[in-house]
Amino acid sequence: MSDTLVLGAVAYDPKVVTIWDGFKAWFEQRGLPFDYVLFSNYERQVQAQFEAVIDVAWNSPLAWLQTERIAAATGHHAQAIAMRDSDQDLTSIVVVRADSNITAIEGLRGRRVAVGASDSPQATLIPLGHLAAAGLEPGTAFEVLVFDRLPGKHGDHIGGERDAVRALVRGDADAACLIDSNHLLFSQDGTLPAGAARVLARTAPYDHCNVTILGEATARMHRFRELLLGMRYADPDVRALLDLEGLKEWRPGRTSGYAPLAAAVDRFGTIESFVAGVAARCG
Amino acid sequence: MRIDLGDLGFDEGGHLLVKRALRGLSAGAELEVRGTSPDLDLHLGTWCRAQGHRVRAAAGAWSVAPAAGHGRHEDARAGHADASRPGAVVERPPATWGLAARGARVEPGSPDFGFTLACRIEVWSDDAARLYAQAVAAQWDPATAIPWSAPFELPDDVEDAVVQVMTYLIENETAALVIPSRFIARLHPHFREVMQLLAVQAADEARHIEVFTRRALLKRAEPGLSTAGGQASLLTLVQEPDFPIASFLLSVLGEGTFLILLRFLEAHAPDPVTAAVARLAAQDEARHVAFGLAHLRRHLAEDPGFRARLASAVRRRHDALRHTAGLNAEVFDALQLLASGSDAPAALRQGHRQVQALLGDMDTARQNNLERLGFTPEEAADLSSLHTRNFM
Repeated sequence: MSDTLVLGAVAYDPKVVTIWDGFKAWFEQRGLPFDYVLFSNYERQVQAQFEAVIDVAWNSPLAWLQTERIAAATGHHAQAIAMRDSDQDLTSIVVVRADSNITAIEGLRGRRVAVGASDSPQATLIPLGHLAAAGLEPGTAFEVLVFDRLPGKHGDHIGGERDAVRALVRGDADAACLIDSNHLLFSQDGTLPAGAARVLARTAPYDHCNVTILGEATARMHRFRELLLGMRYADPDVRALLDLEGLKEWRPGRTSGYAPLAAAVDRFGTIESFVAGVAARCG
Repeated sequence: MRIDLGDLGFDEGGHLLVKRALRGLSAGAELEVRGTSPDLDLHLGTWCRAQGHRVRAAAGAWSVAPAAGHGRHEDARAGHADASRPGAVVERPPATWGLAARGARVEPGSPDFGFTLACRIEVWSDDAARLYAQAVAAQWDPATAIPWSAPFELPDDVEDAVVQVMTYLIENETAALVIPSRFIARLHPHFREVMQLLAVQAADEARHIEVFTRRALLKRAEPGLSTAGGQASLLTLVQEPDFPIASFLLSVLGEGTFLILLRFLEAHAPDPVTAAVARLAAQDEARHVAFGLAHLRRHLAEDPGFRARLASAVRRRHDALRHTAGLNAEVFDALQLLASGSDAPAALRQGHRQVQALLGDMDTARQNNLERLGFTPEEAADLSSLHTRNFM
């Protein structure tokens, strides 16, 4: 068992089992003993990595920041070793109804803004941080309607964003926050009828999930990363898994795309107590 | 290459035009996209990211560099749609072609459906498409093709005889429906025309079951007797796992024999409804025999040694049925009564001779079919004599 590389992932959807079972078989066929552990929430996973229950963590951007900060507080060093092509350069947007008289961010003052899960970087923290940076403090300058689906899963589940957009379409909210890709998805599946909404604001680009390790990479971690980056979409053995995981290729990890989220959590104090708690236990 | 979407947005199908333009792009080239839809920047970027394409804004337009290995044109074709093209129907289609239309480009990684009848020599016939088309064109509607309301009244024992024969026909046709249906589920869909032909054969049998049932119940509340021996004979057919052998036993020997029986019934039918159901069913059975002969002849041309396996299948079935009664006596009696037309002694004697002649005709038909498959007259006579006494 000690030779086995153990990855942690959060079970935000049943397909997670299919994905990691498939990858496990693929890694093992290539000589890397591999296993995975599923967590019901990212906080438990972050803590487990500091307790050495898992070797690598498939982290949300918020979980990455939690890990990075706990590591800094406890003398560890966290690294993002890989990420999906689809994790890079995302944006979030704030939309209003097409017939709304709101034409600038300032127009949201005194209005209701619908967001996704309270811990969703893309549907809540980053867009609210964007509005705050523009001078509109959430909860003060405008009311926040939180659609808190599956907290702990950091917005991986799409339900909160869909609820936020539905609230906008119904007229229960004056604006809604969501990730750019879901704007296209909701436009195509009819959640957001064509021509029904207008993009009011768009955040700076940011990055999403990454594969996180603590400390220096071991030989097994190097091999794991090498295999990940070597996966080819043309390979029928992994194509279906890559489709499920939503990527065409794995890329080397980078940490340059987390500034918008870091600014937001600093402003809102989102993760301070969690970081301090784990740092105190594991430090 | 350039494309201008005008005011068409991605939420209205604009991605279709971009996809098509990317397909036509030569290797290493980039696509310049223009458009005025307000969300185009947002949606083009998002869509390209999901597809693995790289996009950058460039002077009032966007430039899209397709993902490496973009396009599916490299996926192999599953033979060709037109069966007459060389290489259209392959010897052993891969299991992962699955349900794909023959000739489609099949994406790697498709699942294995586990079709066990996947060898061309065992199933294919160049005649299948022609026979299928013929079968579809020859479908008849039981509601209008049979004179159900023609007035007639038969003596009780003659009506009983008709009901008994119909009861026998129904269970035989049920076997003839179950057998191709079971093979359809195992047959690789690459052999599309064979699959379709078997399906229409099963549909033929469904119709036969309908009209025989309806005739049986025209004047009676319930059908007649089903015997253990008759069902034991049919079980040996239903349980035969090998498609060419089952086809040989069912279509060539069984339905070949049945065809003669149906013609006999038509000739001696005491009423217009019985005559019509027998005549129409016989038309269909002739087609089933033709397909059985066609694909077995092709099989034997490629593998003459298979003839010995066919012969041993007949012997094996004969041995398995050695201790059963064969055709039920009620059916024999019914056939004689129908051929007699009345219970007068002279008529009964005449009817008996006609049933004996029927058996002779059946034997001759089987021998002819066996000789068409390349058996010598002596082998044909021997094998025909071993055929089940239950006819099917």
